[in-house]
Amino acid sequence: MRLQIKNIKIVDPSSQNEGLIGDIFIEDGKIVSKFSSNADRIIDGEGKIAIPGLIDIHAHLREPGQEMKETIYTGTRSAAKGGITTVFCMPNTEPVIDNTSVVEFIFHKVREEGCVNVFPVGCATKGAKGVELSEMGLLKKAGIVAVSDDGLPISNSRIMRRVLEYSKMFKLPVISHSEDKELSRNGVMNEGKNSTFLGLRGIPKEAEEIMISRDIMLADLTGAYLHIAHVSTAGSVDLIRQAKKRNVKVTAETCPHYFTLTDNDVKVYDANTKINPPLREKKDVDAIKQGLIDGTIDCIATDHAPHTQEEKSKEFDLAPFGIIGFETLLSLVLNELVDTGVLSFYEAISKMTSNPAKIFNLEGRGTLKEGNVADVTIIDIKYFYEFVKEKVVSKSKNSPFIGRRFKGGVVMTIVGGNIVWDLNNKFV
Amino acid sequence: MSLKFKDLLGLEHLDKKNLQEILNFVKTFKGLFKKSDKASVLRGKTVVTLFYEPSTRTRTSFEIAAKRLSADVINISVNSSSIVKGESLIDTGKTLEAMGADYIIIRHVSAGTPDILAKNLGISIINAGDGFHEHPTQGLLDLYTIYERKKRIEGLKVLLIGDILHSRVAKSNIWALTKMGAEVLVSGPSTLIPRSIENLDVKVYYNLDEAVREADVLNVLRVQFERQQENLFPSIREYVSLYQLTKEKLAMAKSEVLIMHPGPMNRGIEITSEVADTPNAAINEQIVNGIAVRMAVLYLLGAVKRGNASSN
Repeated sequence: MRLQIKNIKIVDPSSQNEGLIGDIFIEDGKIVSKFSSNADRIIDGEGKIAIPGLIDIHAHLREPGQEMKETIYTGTRSAAKGGITTVFCMPNTEPVIDNTSVVEFIFHKVREEGCVNVFPVGCATKGAKGVELSEMGLLKKAGIVAVSDDGLPISNSRIMRRVLEYSKMFKLPVISHSEDKELSRNGVMNEGKNSTFLGLRGIPKEAEEIMISRDIMLADLTGAYLHIAHVSTAGSVDLIRQAKKRNVKVTAETCPHYFTLTDNDVKVYDANTKINPPLREKKDVDAIKQGLIDGTIDCIATDHAPHTQEEKSKEFDLAPFGIIGFETLLSLVLNELVDTGVLSFYEAISKMTSNPAKIFNLEGRGTLKEGNVADVTIIDIKYFYEFVKEKVVSKSKNSPFIGRRFKGGVVMTIVGGNIVWDLNNKFV
Repeated sequence: MSLKFKDLLGLEHLDKKNLQEILNFVKTFKGLFKKSDKASVLRGKTVVTLFYEPSTRTRTSFEIAAKRLSADVINISVNSSSIVKGESLIDTGKTLEAMGADYIIIRHVSAGTPDILAKNLGISIINAGDGFHEHPTQGLLDLYTIYERKKRIEGLKVLLIGDILHSRVAKSNIWALTKMGAEVLVSGPSTLIPRSIENLDVKVYYNLDEAVREADVLNVLRVQFERQQENLFPSIREYVSLYQLTKEKLAMAKSEVLIMHPGPMNRGIEITSEVADTPNAAINEQIVNGIAVRMAVLYLLGAVKRGNASSN
């Protein structure tokens, strides 16, 4: 199968290509410089932009165990619609991803039913209980790309030290969901003026920052690879910036909602604004943008966290944390960061392609260089649309962005040389 | 004459004009109540009190108010364990609406539950206290009680004493009083006063004596004993020594100082009996005013034409 995309603007951060118009040649699932014989299919790329397929390093696909929220079938289709060709799935499934058979199950399901690449993140400790190291060596052999206990952060500093030390020899980054669970206990939103007047228990920013401080110190002690998940506060950005200056091996991600929304948006008691870490304040949003500009924050991930409508329509205190994110990732980045001049298109794309590929050692991905896997996303910046609930592909609809109008979005997603989604024909 | 809202969810979103309108009606209904008279304005209407938290006085006050307006009243107490069982709040509300309820008066442990009901139902929702959020009819009755005694609100210094962080009464008082031009002072343990409160022109005093000297009105909040178990203050004994309103403290206050308490009082804890029973105290009047306020609110919301009314 030979697929040619003609006359398209190509933006590929790994090869410093900032937008030359040209053709992309795909043969047998790889990017090539020219075909062995005539093209089987030609796509007219005029007016569009081709980028390496997006890599989302933080998502919850919920399978196995919570299939009422999402499955590998629905989740990978939701990702494809969002232009995401590679998804990291977090290990808080049921059972958790702390042994090779669960990893194998996920790969099996992805092969059978998935339509984008999925790489599991393994537990850092057995059962994500924060007590005993997980079998990282075996898990790595089975295919995990990082370790994390995600929403159940390791509270014991000695265990966290061992996790960092042990993971180092496999070059497995440790993803830290940084939260001091005692300090954040019972909290449901950012602590501040809004939590006081909404009568909701607050989560201080320090609950995140204390853990980031500790983990940076332990990364320094051990020389391991630490990746800070979903950075939400100005203080966190500053801690990571200082650590990078001292050459600690730390990288970081944020999510679109942390540079788009604030705790003012919780005012309607809509549980689709209940997220952990919580939506913060304008000064945090500004600091996160600054961190994206100066490179303190390397990646933009979704923290796609599907929950059913029934769960999310409960009382705010009782509803679970999290929102879906695959289908709004690119448009939010374009509208909130690129159109406003915070990042160039090129810089913004690098945070979802080349940077994550480098941090997590994804060989042959995140770039359109010759010889690499043909994961390609095609964008139309003149595509105007409203994000409506009826068109959400994820099994869950818990997004605070329902009803939002966007300018610019994904029109085609190619995974391993196959068109898996296009705006006109949907799933192929 | 109406409020143009179908619901009363909190005082945050009311303006000075709305508050003034309500105060004017309270006077009329208080007169009616004192004459032991009944009005027929809500005849044929059904009022449901839906209480997910135990309450005697607020529920009774609403019930009397509704009955004095000739409404039929149904009281539902939901054992809070059924929330855990997953009974949907919205389903409960929709069931009551289908059964013909015109008003749901809700009290709930979780903040925002009245807002959730209001968003999902067409009938009037009145917040009778939600978590640490608001207790708007209490805020209104406190406002009216001050107005009645002091003949004005503007320029007064009103001191709230105790647990501000977890108090819905404090929140509703702060909104009502600041909108009407009063100055709000708060005094209590630093663990029970949210850091962000000073952004709202509320003055914080950790020393009760200093605060008492300044104030025209003292509103003493009830101590919740579980706060001690949450390690927010070391002991009741220490709380009493620092924040109990005593005769000695009262002696430091202005001679015409007004004393209020939303009830039920822990006599001998946040307030001594001597203070609670002085002529300066308006605690029993608050109870009467509570009924008048609730009559006014039921009447004013009932006058709203449904369908084109918004939530407050």
